[in-house]
Amino acid sequence: MLEVSDLEVRYGAIRAVRGVSLSVAEGELAVLLGANGAGKSSTLKAIAGALRPARGRITLDGAEVPYGWPERMVRLGAAMVPETREVFPDLTVAENLRLGAFTRRADPAGVAADHARVVELFPVLGERTGQPAGTLSGGEQQMLVIARALMSRPRLLLLDEPSLGLAPAIIERIFAMIAELKRTGLTILLVEQNAAQALAIADHAFVMRLGEVAASGPAAEIRAATDLKALYLGG
Amino acid sequence: MTAAIQFVIDVLSLGGAYALMALGLVIVYGILRLVNFAYGELIMVAGYSLYLLDGSPLPWLVMAAVAVLAAIATGILTDYVAFRPVRAKSVTAVLITSFAFSTLLQNAALLFISPRPRNVPVPDVFSDTVQIAGAITPVRNVLTIVAAAAMLSIFALVMKRTMLGIAMRAAATQFTMARMLGVPANLVISTAFAISGLMAGVVALFWLGRSGTVVPGIGLEPLLVAFIATVIGGMRSLQGAVLGGFVLAFIDTGLNYSLPQNLLQFRDAFTFSLVILILLWRPEGLMRGPASGQRT
Repeated sequence: MLEVSDLEVRYGAIRAVRGVSLSVAEGELAVLLGANGAGKSSTLKAIAGALRPARGRITLDGAEVPYGWPERMVRLGAAMVPETREVFPDLTVAENLRLGAFTRRADPAGVAADHARVVELFPVLGERTGQPAGTLSGGEQQMLVIARALMSRPRLLLLDEPSLGLAPAIIERIFAMIAELKRTGLTILLVEQNAAQALAIADHAFVMRLGEVAASGPAAEIRAATDLKALYLGG
Repeated sequence: MTAAIQFVIDVLSLGGAYALMALGLVIVYGILRLVNFAYGELIMVAGYSLYLLDGSPLPWLVMAAVAVLAAIATGILTDYVAFRPVRAKSVTAVLITSFAFSTLLQNAALLFISPRPRNVPVPDVFSDTVQIAGAITPVRNVLTIVAAAAMLSIFALVMKRTMLGIAMRAAATQFTMARMLGVPANLVISTAFAISGLMAGVVALFWLGRSGTVVPGIGLEPLLVAFIATVIGGMRSLQGAVLGGFVLAFIDTGLNYSLPQNLLQFRDAFTFSLVILILLWRPEGLMRGPASGQRT
């Protein structure tokens, strides 16, 4: 479904992503692992159109994705959840969710049904619909941004470190939620530092090091073959 | 008592116009973090549209609608000419292009129309007066209050209830995130400029109604007023812009009423001194905007 070939991202003279190629098949949960600064988030942001790659080809279902147009990516069926957990703090939870369905303005009945569905998935959001999103806790905000991304009814979900800065109990719930979303048939590309938990739910894994894909394969194999500690210590 | 009512009417009518002007400036600033210096020229364009339509058999309301549409079109044109080509480059570049566009419009008016004041059609009702609880005031003032109240209510409703309004508010805090939800950057920005033009166009009808004439430099004062009002209210907040407009009108009108005759010509000096005091007390303006923000 998603094909990335020879992707390069530069920040000035620094090459953060150096010729990354990866592919995610329909219905698959792929995880992109690696230490801080390995280039995982930059790869994901480039795919989502949030930053412009220096070169590379990104296709979604065979259609080439233009550089730097996040709004077009959404229309092509991909939704991005950035690591910075960007809720719109002054908008209510309901308004945040409604905006998630921006591309589906013509289908209010479908949007209402999906609103009910995500609230069922994340009951805490249902209790807070009228509350400004900025007043939610970190875990609740993470649920809101995932729920909001689902409102566009994506075929591909790009998740950037959803566990970042959350308490262990909440991380577990978030991972359970991601596994649940995979079961609904959603294709997911997940960027995580939390390798053990991510590999436990993923089908396929890519390990990044210094801007390159150092290893890739079925999640179970990566789990068995790779010394996870070495992954983070850069060994 | 009569004087008090008179004062309230004056503050509300002046404040209504100021608030609409400030809102038009801040709606663009909120999203782009850039002041549109060609904003005053939208008033000028509305004014010359009225002037050019003078003598036509159209009823005044139709002429007014055309003038407002011309201001909206010029607002959107500002985006395409001055902002869009250089938006991603640098703040300085946009600053210069928006000044350039402003100068260009003014000089077009000088060249093709006249440096001298030109009369614009003003409906008879503008010059009538009405008595409200003993206070005598021009009908124009009452109409300004009504128009401002209507515009502000509709604006608030649109921003709160419609998808586009919610998208505009979202884009004002996290522009890239809004785009990642499928909100097209260009749509949001063009809409901001269109709203800006609408506000300026409506204000122009009343602003020009006071003097009945238009000159190429007419936009400077409203731009300054809008800018000061937004600085008082807080550059990032829509409510702040409205509040700032009314506060500025309150100061202006208060000084008009209280300053002795020989000091009245220095009114602006007093106004700005008070503005400085407000900013010393509240450097970020009276209302704080959303917590974060970014440009395209």
